[in-house]
Amino acid sequence: MPAILSIEALGKQYKSGHKALEGVDLSIERGEIFALLGPNGAGKTTLISIVCGTVTRSAGTITVAGHDIDHARREARQRIGLVPQEIALDMFSTVLNTVRFSRGLFGKAPDPAYIEEILRDLSLWDKRHARTMELSGGMKRRVMIAKALSHEPELLFLDEPTAGVDVNLRRDMWALVRKLRERGMTIILTTHYIEEAEEMADRVGVINGGRLLLVEDKDALMRKMGKRQLTLTLQTPLPAIPAELAEWSLVLAEDGLRLIYSFDAQAEDTGMPALLHRLSELGIAYRDLDTSRSTLEDIFVNLVEKAA
Amino acid sequence: MSGVNLHGIWAIYRTEMARTLRTIWQSVATPVITTALYFIVFGGAIGSRMSHVGGVGYGAFIVPGLIMLSLLTQSISNASIGIYFPKFTGTMFEILSAPLNAVEAVIGYVGAAATKSVVIGLIILATATFFTDVRILHPVWMVAFLLLTSLTFSLFGFLIGIWAKNFEQLAIIPSLVITPLTFLGGAFYSIDMLPQPWRTVSLFNPVVYLVSGFRWSFYGLGDVGVGASLGFTAGFMALCLIALAWIFRTGWRLKP
Ligand SMILES: Nc1ncnc2c1ncn2[C@@H]1O[C@H](COP(=O)(O)OP(=O)(O)O)[C@@H](O)[C@H]1O
Ligand SMILES: [Mg+2]
Repeated sequence: MPAILSIEALGKQYKSGHKALEGVDLSIERGEIFALLGPNGAGKTTLISIVCGTVTRSAGTITVAGHDIDHARREARQRIGLVPQEIALDMFSTVLNTVRFSRGLFGKAPDPAYIEEILRDLSLWDKRHARTMELSGGMKRRVMIAKALSHEPELLFLDEPTAGVDVNLRRDMWALVRKLRERGMTIILTTHYIEEAEEMADRVGVINGGRLLLVEDKDALMRKMGKRQLTLTLQTPLPAIPAELAEWSLVLAEDGLRLIYSFDAQAEDTGMPALLHRLSELGIAYRDLDTSRSTLEDIFVNLVEKAA
Repeated sequence: MSGVNLHGIWAIYRTEMARTLRTIWQSVATPVITTALYFIVFGGAIGSRMSHVGGVGYGAFIVPGLIMLSLLTQSISNASIGIYFPKFTGTMFEILSAPLNAVEAVIGYVGAAATKSVVIGLIILATATFFTDVRILHPVWMVAFLLLTSLTFSLFGFLIGIWAKNFEQLAIIPSLVITPLTFLGGAFYSIDMLPQPWRTVSLFNPVVYLVSGFRWSFYGLGDVGVGASLGFTAGFMALCLIALAWIFRTGWRLKP
């Protein structure tokens, strides 16, 4: 079975001359949650918009479930649902009517039972006769999702689904995305919140300046790129790092009370046992010991800096 | 799904008609009141002092022109707002991302706008019968002109809606071009009544052909031949279609 989405050598230059995307290759497997992670202006929205057909592309080919988005437009597009970054609704329409409209627009026969199901899932059923302009921001966003799901797409794009959304709504959104995935939906979301990618994604693609810097299994990425840190809280402050400890890259912090050792989590020999052994030989006593793993944020900052 | 996206066309058509129904009173009351006013002023006050035009009473003579005036303005404004609104609110992304081709989208939007124009044209016709004695010599042609004009100018309105970047631009063509051309296009007089060179100049006004053909279908008399009227309308429609095909192919003013 072909990949649900395959992008090859995608390029986009806006009329202003700005190159928003260059040589992007990406393949998405069925059923995965893929997070496209990048700072503002990286080209995330441009990438999504091109796949969905709302922005033209300058170069490259794109297929959806093996269907070319130009030559088999209909087959490709009916498989895609899009929740754009900005909320855009027909203010005068009711919730029910605007969701029905979307289903029809995507070529599906009416299915009141299915529409009821998604509206109930999104806690919108009680509001089905309300005009969209009467709804709160969070509800409007859910209406956007209901519209995108109305035609039973296989591939759902969520462009910055939780930007400017409060914490509760963000949790709800994450729960919803997981539920959709359990039903077999493939989800591509963009975000500039590392936390979100870390929380949700199976795989992460890091994009910056229109280039896809890397695509990696999230856990593998964490393992491969992740640094670990050992923090020792000492019983008595050290004036300086003793010469006997020179072979470890150590940092002394908090007026000599904290000794921090950073090391590669992937390395065969982390050097940690040896360090602890040497400390006891030197008679340096510690009250507390803590290790932490770097977040995707650290990884991301690292990558972007390297690429710059 | 294969073939034509009928559900998609219907979704657009239905939503557009619902938009009209939301403002049903403005939609119907405005043309009825306007028409009544025209009859009181032109048909009653002025027309009573005017002789018959080509054997037709002045009140009856202006009926086709009045309907044509409404058809043009209504078709253009309905269709242009219909497609401009999604651009304005941002909901256009959905139309652009749907498995819908240009022809299907145009049938939905233009079909709805033209339907509304035809209904309003018929309402004006019905209103007119209260004020004057209307005869229709060629009813089939009358309906044909009604449909053709509504469709053509709805297409034109659709183009304006895509072209417009703001509400001013949306209003400028109807008020600065269409209304003057209609008033100067023989809606309220026969261009035979004009002195030269204005008579000849009028022949360059496209609305003359529309009004003339339409009036011919009522009373069997026109300023220009009915063939020229039909040819002009069909030609203008073809131009609009070519422009639309180009817009959808290039994404002009629709896609960055
Ligand atoms: N319509 C447009 N015309 C010109 N430049 C644009 C347009 N849309 C986006 N850009 C530029 O392209 C780059 C990528 O934008 P975008 O895809 O929206 O980034 P992101 O979604 O990652 O924040 C930005 O520098 C942005 O300014
Ligand atoms: Mg964006």
